[in-house]
Amino acid sequence: MRPNGCGGTEYGDTFTAGADCMLRVAPYLVAAILTGPVLAGSLGALIPSFGFLPSLGHDEFGLDAWRALLDWPGIGGSVLLSFASGILTAGVSLLLALLFLAVFFETRAFVWLRQAIAPMLAVPHAAAAFALAFLIAPSGFLARLLSPWATGWQRPPDLLIVQDEWGLSLMAGLVMKEVPFLLLMALASLAQIHAGERMRLARSIGYGRISAWFKSVVPALYPLLRLPVYAVIAYSSANIDVALILGPVSPPPLAVQVLRWSNDPDLDFRMIASAGAILQFAVTAGAIALWILAERCVGLLTRGWLVSGRRRTGDTGLAALGQGLFPTLILASILGIAALGLNAFARVWRFPDALPGRWTLAHWQSVAETAGGPVVATLWIALLTTLLSLVLVVCVLENERQRDVRSGRILEFLIYVPLLVPQIGFIFGLVLLAELAETPPGGGLVAAGHIIFVLPYVYLSLSEAYRRQDPAWTKIARTLGQSAAGAFWKVRLPMLLTPLLTAFAVGAAISIGQYLVTRLLGAGRVETVTTEAIALAAGGDRRLIGAWALTQAILPVAGFALALAAPRLIWRNRRGMLGGVR
Amino acid sequence: MLYRRGFAALTLVFGLLGGLSPVGAADAVKEWKQVLDTARGQTVYWNAWGGDSRINAYIDWAGEQVEERFGISLVHVKLTDTAEAVARVLAEKSAGRTEGGAVDLIWINGENFAAMKRNGLLFGPWLGRLPNHALTDPVNNPDLGLDFGVPVDGLEMPWARARLVFYRDTAILPEPPATSDALLAWAQENRGRFTYPLPPSFLGTTFLKQILIERVADKSSLYKPVSESDFAAVSQPLWDYLDLLHPALWRQARSFPKNAGGMRRLMSDGEIDIAFAFSQSEASAGIDSGELPETVRNYVFDEGTIGNVSFVAIPFNAAHSDAAMVLANFLLSPEAQMRKQDPAHWGSATVLSLGQLKKEEADAIRGLDLGPAALPADKLGAMLAEPHPSWTEALEAEWVRRYGVR
Repeated sequence: MRPNGCGGTEYGDTFTAGADCMLRVAPYLVAAILTGPVLAGSLGALIPSFGFLPSLGHDEFGLDAWRALLDWPGIGGSVLLSFASGILTAGVSLLLALLFLAVFFETRAFVWLRQAIAPMLAVPHAAAAFALAFLIAPSGFLARLLSPWATGWQRPPDLLIVQDEWGLSLMAGLVMKEVPFLLLMALASLAQIHAGERMRLARSIGYGRISAWFKSVVPALYPLLRLPVYAVIAYSSANIDVALILGPVSPPPLAVQVLRWSNDPDLDFRMIASAGAILQFAVTAGAIALWILAERCVGLLTRGWLVSGRRRTGDTGLAALGQGLFPTLILASILGIAALGLNAFARVWRFPDALPGRWTLAHWQSVAETAGGPVVATLWIALLTTLLSLVLVVCVLENERQRDVRSGRILEFLIYVPLLVPQIGFIFGLVLLAELAETPPGGGLVAAGHIIFVLPYVYLSLSEAYRRQDPAWTKIARTLGQSAAGAFWKVRLPMLLTPLLTAFAVGAAISIGQYLVTRLLGAGRVETVTTEAIALAAGGDRRLIGAWALTQAILPVAGFALALAAPRLIWRNRRGMLGGVR
Repeated sequence: MLYRRGFAALTLVFGLLGGLSPVGAADAVKEWKQVLDTARGQTVYWNAWGGDSRINAYIDWAGEQVEERFGISLVHVKLTDTAEAVARVLAEKSAGRTEGGAVDLIWINGENFAAMKRNGLLFGPWLGRLPNHALTDPVNNPDLGLDFGVPVDGLEMPWARARLVFYRDTAILPEPPATSDALLAWAQENRGRFTYPLPPSFLGTTFLKQILIERVADKSSLYKPVSESDFAAVSQPLWDYLDLLHPALWRQARSFPKNAGGMRRLMSDGEIDIAFAFSQSEASAGIDSGELPETVRNYVFDEGTIGNVSFVAIPFNAAHSDAAMVLANFLLSPEAQMRKQDPAHWGSATVLSLGQLKKEEADAIRGLDLGPAALPADKLGAMLAEPHPSWTEALEAEWVRRYGVR
């Protein structure tokens, strides 16, 4: 019986035909979800960029939009800024992540580092950017802590720190969020490349800790980090939410400029916006291309050093740097969040007071009055999309295991498509498509849009742990009389509880943080904590922004806390289950 | 009660207009009854800027009222920029959706309205169908019939009046500069203590217009389409001024606040000494919430400041245009307008003509305490009309060309 027309498997006895069919279809379904909307949406930007937008009476193809784009004052600056923030953020984040791992790998602090990653990842980009902006501004938290006793400032100095024209504060904000992401990706790969053994071997023949790491582990680790690094480049060169808060205003990064064009009351600017979106594709692709070129050069240039046999290269200095920078990063995050928290309870807080002069709960009351609906919407969308994504990813991974083939390189690459293609480029086209398909805007459409971004992260955080699970467990379960399905549900999935929950928390955090998709596909009718926080951010009241940013951050952080705590509760009598898979 | 009085006034207007009116008063009553019936049970998606929790709370209140009285649910779609709603309607038109659109009502004015009107994205005319329309005394308030100089033509309903007001802390700056020349001189003496929001933000462009109106040789050219005058020559005094002002601005004009909220925050942080907003209530609300010092007061320029009216409009393809009209009519009621003007709730000036209201209602609105920072009505000075909207686009483009590049 093959009711669904799917072929049977080589192991006829594995699953029922229906389940087996689902496993076989899953990779194609995932590929379609990841690429279909992106391609279609991109087309929706490409066509208007050549002057075709019938609803505005433009029905002849031409290059006017492109000419207007290239003549736009400051366009060169915008492009350069996006390009540079893509490359530099990725470079600095990668170096920092590798350095931190080198310094802390398998030390006592390593446990700390692992645990610090989750909350740092969970804080949404916008909230983190607000925190950093208030931390480092001339009238910000640091200046208030140090004034007037150390600085002599009675009034804030006129210094351009936040939104500086070089984009340094923007890049700093991005680095703070991208380092934890790369750390997470690296940690997932360390076991696969046997980093521990490599280190022990290198150390045993006299290499310093840092040199051992960079000479024996990094060459094996980097290929596995390559796609995550490209995703960092793509995000940093094309993001909106951080750039709006920390990026320079004039000229702004390209993606922000594209958003401004699409918000221009003169509707003909939509075509320039479309051309700008296509230019953004090119800038992001160019940044990644330059990075690939740099990879080659670094590979060539360091070859001699790798095999030189030098046991130490600045090990002491680098170790000190890593030991100093990591706590600084953590401290900056904590101070930033603390400053947000203080703002959320402040009634009056004048410069240079280190703490608010008068306190109030009014901001939280205002949050409590309006947050109910948005919290519910945020939760159901996050839970639904993450659950669906998790099921799909497990199907893909289980399919790969049953057929004993690693998903083709193609699927591995497709996973990254939504992370590599600039959002601003295809979301507008997607809205147009949803309209053409007569799909009413609302929660369902928003959830569908979130899956495009949630799925890749769920896949990235689950796949390594899933693949590393010893296949022997199935065999043992089968010998003990379990069916194939029984072995899967009763033995293998429970053993994967921790990574499954972590992947769930990552996915939910991604869904909770989505702004542009929620906004546009929901026609603004779907209010989540993120859309609410960003709408109020336009009003500029930092105390209310603080309260909302914390509300926005609490949900994903709680998700991670649950993901960490649940296995300990469920397996409190089965300690081995916790260590089974890290 | 409310609506009966509205009808009485409406009848009066139609009576005055005589034969110009296409429908008789009785027909109007019947027609409005029909609108009310159709509207019952509908949900209005009102797209309005969502950046101020007090305005959001006011809109929530309006939602409760229309739910209770007319069986209409209101969903406030909180925009960060009104153009988002315009884009939405445009996308729907591109996709051929001529009915059942996602946007029912938009808080709008100026170039957004001009663009929607130009592109045929608006429903109507419907303003004349609203019973409460007569309370604005349209005959004697012709300014309500123009949106930045563009004829409203019944396509949107006046909702709020706005005036540009400056504010400063009287404890630091008792005698603020009240002309553009004085402002420049003061800024040059107090470097880094003044700024304006980045054009093309609404308030930033308003500042450019305020300066231009004061310094231009022939004001009348600003009230005609920009294509009819020599833009370079007319606008030159503004650029000369900014060339001098910019080096003295906050961060030497290398960065700008985003909007009124951004400016208020800079005031709150003590980074600047003079700020401005499009409402008398901005500073008062800041004082009430503790964001601004209690000694902050509004002031205006000697030659007057720019004022305008903001409206609500219905897109051509709105799914619930009847409910949108009922909501709009409620927003124009004395009750809703009074609450809107009350600084405890919002503090935005009414568009109603007090002469058209019952005496106690008019007295109640006159008697409202406008808040600690507000100027009394007789100290608010002359209102300068908004230039033709085509100037907005031209000024913004030239500003970007001159100052948007480094």
